[in-house]
Amino acid sequence: MADIIHFHRVSHRYDGGPQIISDVSFTLGKGEMAFLTGPSGAGKSTLLRLTALLARATAGQVVVEGKNLADIKRSQIPAFRRQIGVIFQNPSLLNERTVFDNVALPLLIRGHSGDDIGRRVRAALDAVGLLPKEKAFPLTLSGGEQQRVGIARAVVAKPPLLLADEPTGNLDPQLAMDVMALFMRFNEVGVSVLVATHAISLISRLPHRVIHIEKGTLEERRKAELMDKTHDFS
Amino acid sequence: MTSAKPAKPGPKRVAHQPSWLEKMTQDHVRAISGTLSALARRPIGTLLTAFVIGITLALPAGLNTLVANLGQAGDSLQGSLRASLFLNDDVSAERGAELAHDITRRPGVSSARYISREQALEEFRTFSGFGEALDILKDNPLPATIVVTPSAKQPQARTEALLKDLGTLPEVAQAKLDEKWLQRLYAILDLVQRAVMMIAGALALAVLIVVGNTIRLDIENRRDEIEVMKLIGAPNSYIRRPFLYTGLWYGLTGGILACLLVQAGVMSLVQPARQLAGLYDSQATLQGLSLNAAAGVFAAGLGLGWLGAFWAVSRHLRHIEPAI
Repeated sequence: MADIIHFHRVSHRYDGGPQIISDVSFTLGKGEMAFLTGPSGAGKSTLLRLTALLARATAGQVVVEGKNLADIKRSQIPAFRRQIGVIFQNPSLLNERTVFDNVALPLLIRGHSGDDIGRRVRAALDAVGLLPKEKAFPLTLSGGEQQRVGIARAVVAKPPLLLADEPTGNLDPQLAMDVMALFMRFNEVGVSVLVATHAISLISRLPHRVIHIEKGTLEERRKAELMDKTHDFS
Repeated sequence: MTSAKPAKPGPKRVAHQPSWLEKMTQDHVRAISGTLSALARRPIGTLLTAFVIGITLALPAGLNTLVANLGQAGDSLQGSLRASLFLNDDVSAERGAELAHDITRRPGVSSARYISREQALEEFRTFSGFGEALDILKDNPLPATIVVTPSAKQPQARTEALLKDLGTLPEVAQAKLDEKWLQRLYAILDLVQRAVMMIAGALALAVLIVVGNTIRLDIENRRDEIEVMKLIGAPNSYIRRPFLYTGLWYGLTGGILACLLVQAGVMSLVQPARQLAGLYDSQATLQGLSLNAAAGVFAAGLGLGWLGAFWAVSRHLRHIEPAI
């Protein structure tokens, strides 16, 4: 299986700051779904930022979809980002636009026609169970619903890769499970998914690979260990 | 979350791929309607900005109209320009009147009127206010004159040639065209025109700054939106487009307002201008902005609006990066 994400001995520090991640290597296969875990500040977000070219590695190589990100010029970044759906803990919706218009954004920038946009947006909203809310404004929705609007926006243009940063951080366990199930459904239709989360108890029941990062370095864990750790905490 | 397969790829995908041109047209139509409705949602702010631009553009446009009118008035006065032929003192009144009659029939002459020495003295006494000073003199110092009005529609050179011709008549001591003050008027107009150009340059810069600053604030207000746009991979041209159109609309409304302001100013000046022209025996009426000038004001508004927006966008947009 070809890799969709390949990190080779990647380090990163923000300008003048301490090293956030150092010498990290890992891969995510095409069509694979994996979880990225670790305590807050361990470098999970930075790893996702490097993947979406929101930051550049200070050392090492990041290859996404066969492209070395160091070779992507500033002017090519938009085209690169259109291949990736990104989801945050804070869904960062545009509050003065309806749910429909928020989800339509990625299609608008790609120049889809009006009919096409309507069809695809409704399909995406249907997938996250928010079709009846298409005319609502984000601030009238619950946290979980907002998060799902963000997910619909990330998947509406069918990118081959989904990155999610703490997508369940604000949600209660049941809603969090729903969101994870949603990601798994996207994964089933061929989308590669990388989810950063510290909801270890939630993902321990899932069959996917777990990449653990601590103090900027990486270790792959078996779920049993994670379970032990959860028990330690509880 | 009820439905089965999310965002299913496959045969349902729509086959029609819009061409580049269709996409471009569609993008622009969306940007145009989007920006227009955004501006319409805050009409006061939009109108205020447009008014600032309008007044700034109206100033040079109005001055330019004024200069054009004065130039035209000068031209029309030149048409009714009069030459004075001062006759030798030994020419009799009868001969003078006869000569005037002859001159009238020459080509290029509209009319010629004989003024005898006595008439000249009377006119001078009446109009100059130096009547009493004249009484001191023993003799009448004024020569007899034939006032020649060249026909209006001939070029300056023909008029001058005619005058030179008339100057060689044996009865004529001196021929004089009263054009000095006209030449002065043209020199002043030239000076004013240059000053208007300079003012226009400075005010164009002012329009750029007004639009640039308005767009900069607009960018600041929509920072979140721009971050999201960049995050989902919107091309820079796509993010730029609405701001550039907004600048265009400001410039366009500013241009329209400038034309209206100048037109209103001209209309309020028509009556006094007609009176003034009447005093000079001129038929000239005050002209508003010519079609060319109005087109120029529109073009300046549009161009400066776009340029101001482009300036703001290229300075501020690149510094906004999505933060997660």
